[in-house]
Amino acid sequence: MASEYSAKQILEVQSLSCTREDRDLFSGLSFTLTPGHALQIEGPNGSGKTTILRLLCGLRLPDEGDILWNGQSIFEDRAEYLSNLAYIGHAHGVKGELTPLENLQVSQAMSAVESPISADEALEKLGLFGFEDAPSRTLSAGQRRRVALARLMLNPVPLWILDEPFTAIDIHGQKQIENMITEHVLRGGMAILTSHHPLDLSDDHLTSLNLAK
Amino acid sequence: MWSFIHKHASPKHFYLLAERLIPWLGWSTLILLVVGLYQGLIVAPTDYQQGESYRIIYVHVPAAWMSMFIYMVMATSGAIGLVWKIKMADAVASSSAPIGAAFTLLALVTGSLWGKPMWGTWWVWDARLTSELILLFLYLGFIALESAIEDRRTAANACAVLALVGVVNIPIIHYSVEWWNTLHQGATVTRFDKPAMATSMLIPLLIMALGFKLYYLYAMLLRVRVKILESEKDTTWMKELITGAKK
Amino acid sequence: MKNASLSNAFFTMLKRDLTLALRTRSEIANPLLFFIIVVSLFPLAVSPEESLLRTMAPGIIWVAALLATMLSLDSIFRSDFEDGSLEQMLLSPQPIALLVLGKIMAHWLVSGLPLILIAPILGISLFLPGEAMFALLATLALGTPVLSLVGSIGVALTVGLRRGGVLLSLLVLPLYIPVLIFASNAIATAAAGISIKGQLYFLAALFALAVTLAPMATAAALRISLR
Repeated sequence: MASEYSAKQILEVQSLSCTREDRDLFSGLSFTLTPGHALQIEGPNGSGKTTILRLLCGLRLPDEGDILWNGQSIFEDRAEYLSNLAYIGHAHGVKGELTPLENLQVSQAMSAVESPISADEALEKLGLFGFEDAPSRTLSAGQRRRVALARLMLNPVPLWILDEPFTAIDIHGQKQIENMITEHVLRGGMAILTSHHPLDLSDDHLTSLNLAK
Repeated sequence: MWSFIHKHASPKHFYLLAERLIPWLGWSTLILLVVGLYQGLIVAPTDYQQGESYRIIYVHVPAAWMSMFIYMVMATSGAIGLVWKIKMADAVASSSAPIGAAFTLLALVTGSLWGKPMWGTWWVWDARLTSELILLFLYLGFIALESAIEDRRTAANACAVLALVGVVNIPIIHYSVEWWNTLHQGATVTRFDKPAMATSMLIPLLIMALGFKLYYLYAMLLRVRVKILESEKDTTWMKELITGAKK
Repeated sequence: MKNASLSNAFFTMLKRDLTLALRTRSEIANPLLFFIIVVSLFPLAVSPEESLLRTMAPGIIWVAALLATMLSLDSIFRSDFEDGSLEQMLLSPQPIALLVLGKIMAHWLVSGLPLILIAPILGISLFLPGEAMFALLATLALGTPVLSLVGSIGVALTVGLRRGGVLLSLLVLPLYIPVLIFASNAIATAAAGISIKGQLYFLAALFALAVTLAPMATAAALRISLR
């Protein structure tokens, strides 16, 4: 399959350490992620999965180590890195008082890339046809998460960082989102996610990282 | 140059340096304060206008100077900690805050004590006293913010931002209060800053000021050392230092 | 890369926050009601005597405006923090200070502007003379944006804390003192029939300083608070 993204991009994590309240969450964590690869982070609750994702977004600072995007520390050239990144956290940032359409329009304006499809089309792909103009707070938790995930369709960036993307989503939807992620990876994208949900990717494309001690 | 700074800014070197400096600072503070107080309270001549009560300036004025100085130190070291991520700078900022607040309170209390015989009331909305009061609020805000944030590094950085905002504001607040004061109390009876002070009165003041400054360094380093003990308790050098001392 | 996305991002943020405020109307109404109630407490607490209220009017109105702004400050970032929108904002490649400025401007339009519109009525109820009305409006127009700007730094520093409310007032109120002094004095001076150019220039200078520095300080504070 032809790659949609630059093949040269690379995310390097170098001996990352993080403590929380005097407790070592992890230390000396190193890995590299290249286009066409996904990293699945597993581990019991409280093992620091979300913390790693927040570190990788540059929201949190590591106690030791560094994270490099194309050889440049993400804590130095922030804007360049962020224009390649999409993060959907546990709190996904869908405003209840805004409609799904308005939510997507805001995130479109904040992004640095041109959208290949319209916000309506993105919502339709995520199975939200007919809900565009209802206030998001009237939607179910799973539907709201789908609105958040529709951002990924709207703003095509190479690196996806997803915190438990399957939470609150029904079986059919889980399959849909799984396809979304695998397609993205096979097109030459990168994805880092925390989830126990198995992904339909061969070992060439999928690495898993277990945080269990 | 950088390696020099980083070497001495490491907790270990700072700890050992502080250990060596603290006794010197403690003793010279004591000597200066005893000499300064003796000179100020006994040797210096009586003021022809204010009588004996003027002598409180030997505590009040240095305390007021220190209250401003320490806020500047906090903002500067906070900024250093924020930009260059030097842990010791954060420790200096947070250790300074309660000392600065104490000096500010001392300046306020002595000002009010001086006010009773001079103005006939304990409190007058005099420009300097009002500025000190607002400065005390700024210190208390800093301390409250620091204690409200659990993560130590986050707390230090948040407080650094607050201190920098405060530093931009202090001159504005000071100017506003001065201006407000001249409008409402054009003719204050007497003011603290006498236009010309006799040398015999000035020298004890300077001795006291130096003594207060050394006391600040002494108390600040003591507090920083406690902070290092707390934060570095699991490091090997600290364990070696503590067990080594026991042998 | 998109072109002209800077102003687009700013106006999107502004429009978003205004839409949110309009859909939860209590955000606009409550601080305004608070402002009116606090002002009307003074004649009850002190005395309804005309000359006394007239001298106190500038101070009363400005203190009430300060407190009303304080009360509404939390809305700049609180709900965005809770639902993750603030994280999304920090992860946007757009300059954070610009987005923050958009949010502050929305906050002022929602909470500051209504205060200015209602203030003349409150002025009349406190027997503020007609000559001082212009000064009242001018000082509020220059001063309330400063309150929103400076306040946003305080909110950004306390947004991650469970009980940030009282702490916020401790951090922010001392910083409001210069605005309070110059604004209420300008009104009193105008009532006496004297020119207030100097005070207005000073307030304008404060506004210029705040509008350049506060968004940057707020952006830095948000990054720290969200760690």
